[in-house]
Amino acid sequence: MSAIDIEKNGDVPMLEAVNLVKTLGGNRVLDGVSLALPKGCVKVLIGPSGAGKSTLLQCLNFLLPPDAGHISLEGRRVNGGSKRELCAFRQKVGMIFQDFNLFDHLSALENVRVALIKVKGMSKLEATERALAELARVGLKDKATLYPANLSGGQKQRVAIARALAMDPKVMLLDEPTSALDPELIGEVLAVIRDLAQLGMTMIMATHQISFSASLADEFLFMDKGRIVEQGSPAELLGRGSQSRTQSFCAKISELTGVAGEACELGDIKA
Amino acid sequence: MDFAVAFDAAREALPYMLGGVIWTVGLIVGAMLLGLFLGVPLAVMQVYGPWPARKLVNTHVWLFRGIPILVQMYIFYFGLLSWLSQVPLLENLGLDSPFVAAVLVLGLTSSAYQSQIFRGAIQSLPAGQLKAARALGMSDAQAIRSIILPQALRLSIPGWSNEYSILLKDSALAFSIGVVEIMARMRSVASATHEPVSMTFLAGIIFFVLTWVGVKALNMLENKVRIAGYTRQGAV
Ligand SMILES: Nc1ncnc2c1ncn2[C@@H]1O[C@H](COP(=O)(O)OP(=O)(O)OP(=O)(O)O)[C@@H](O)[C@H]1O
Ligand SMILES: [Mg+2]
Repeated sequence: MSAIDIEKNGDVPMLEAVNLVKTLGGNRVLDGVSLALPKGCVKVLIGPSGAGKSTLLQCLNFLLPPDAGHISLEGRRVNGGSKRELCAFRQKVGMIFQDFNLFDHLSALENVRVALIKVKGMSKLEATERALAELARVGLKDKATLYPANLSGGQKQRVAIARALAMDPKVMLLDEPTSALDPELIGEVLAVIRDLAQLGMTMIMATHQISFSASLADEFLFMDKGRIVEQGSPAELLGRGSQSRTQSFCAKISELTGVAGEACELGDIKA
Repeated sequence: MDFAVAFDAAREALPYMLGGVIWTVGLIVGAMLLGLFLGVPLAVMQVYGPWPARKLVNTHVWLFRGIPILVQMYIFYFGLLSWLSQVPLLENLGLDSPFVAAVLVLGLTSSAYQSQIFRGAIQSLPAGQLKAARALGMSDAQAIRSIILPQALRLSIPGWSNEYSILLKDSALAFSIGVVEIMARMRSVASATHEPVSMTFLAGIIFFVLTWVGVKALNMLENKVRIAGYTRQGAV
């Protein structure tokens, strides 16, 4: 798409994936997935274990190169074969992992700063300032000198979020950001994610936090067996009287987590 | 055996024997460093390289682990290096010295062993470390340099101190091509004084002390660079 087309077409998505296919170990783990993330929108990916949510998110930034299909950022198709282009693309796409993946040999500050120095070429001073600002944003300025082994799970995930945000990403991919956390630590991470959404960050998040994401998401994508089988606003899919698979799946996992009803009552879902 | 005589002989021989320490230390420091500077890139190539590079590393590892050090010393000293030192441009590099041959052989052999220490350490890191680095836009070279190796090298220190003590003992083979290290000196004083037992004993003590000092120093290094929050037992 040329620059002129983009100007004419104001609603070109921030991130778009068309017909992604990925086969792993003989399994067609992604079986033709397409999705578009308009600027500022939040989409939530749900579905049973093994549906392919993590695989999809990792294909979106080429950590797992898709076998077929293509990905565009702001209307420009990404050439996954060019290493330089991939590095530039990944800087604009932040990723949050279920198990944090902080660099264990670096302090919180250094974790946030390292890519600013190595990738963005900032001076150490400039990078430190920026990193401290990001740590302050997630409420961890006073933990800057601590190493990952001395941080709680919730703190680690917030450092990981600060690390991703420091790169000034245009899109964030979040893969079950709270699934590895003790229940009492989930809230602090969700609060940071909520702030991000309110600031207009474009996001796609795989999660089992149904009621939280219902209050945040513009759209739910329900995945099963490598396909997106249902999509719609939380109200459409989860509202009273809905017969959707999403509805029955959410009811089931809410039962399991002991918050039955809470998710599907939906006092505060986003219409 | 008269202990007093043996003791006196050992005491008299001590300065001469200690003169060999400098050669032994030179051999192992040279070989450890050569092994390190070759072993790290070899390990990286073996883990992340394309298959021709991996094949090449495998061959190197098999060769140098497979051929006995003594045989290599002869090949290098009497063959390869004495031939190379006659090539016009290489004449004055001192390639025909037994010390150079011994350092090369010990260092190349050590690079084969060290590469496997580093490879194990790299592969023991969680896959998420590389993924997270790539997700931030780092190239693989940047990720390996600033994320993977700093962690892998720390994990390699115990294996490295093992390699040090093995290398120290292998260095004694250098006497066979004429390096006047501890073993060579031990043999010459033993035959001159007819006190082989006490001289062997003395050499053994010197090797033991060198091992102890080196291993202690590496332990201290391991403590010094330990990642905060990790104990010798692993993560707390
Ligand atoms: N490297 C691999 N080799 C073979 N199969 C794989 C590989 N990685 C993932 N799979 C398979 O792909 C499918 C999708 O996995 P994926 O991790 O994307 O699911 P998910 O939706 O994220 O599940 P969860 O909710 O458990 O995180 C699973 O059936 C998994 O077994
Ligand atoms: Mg997953």
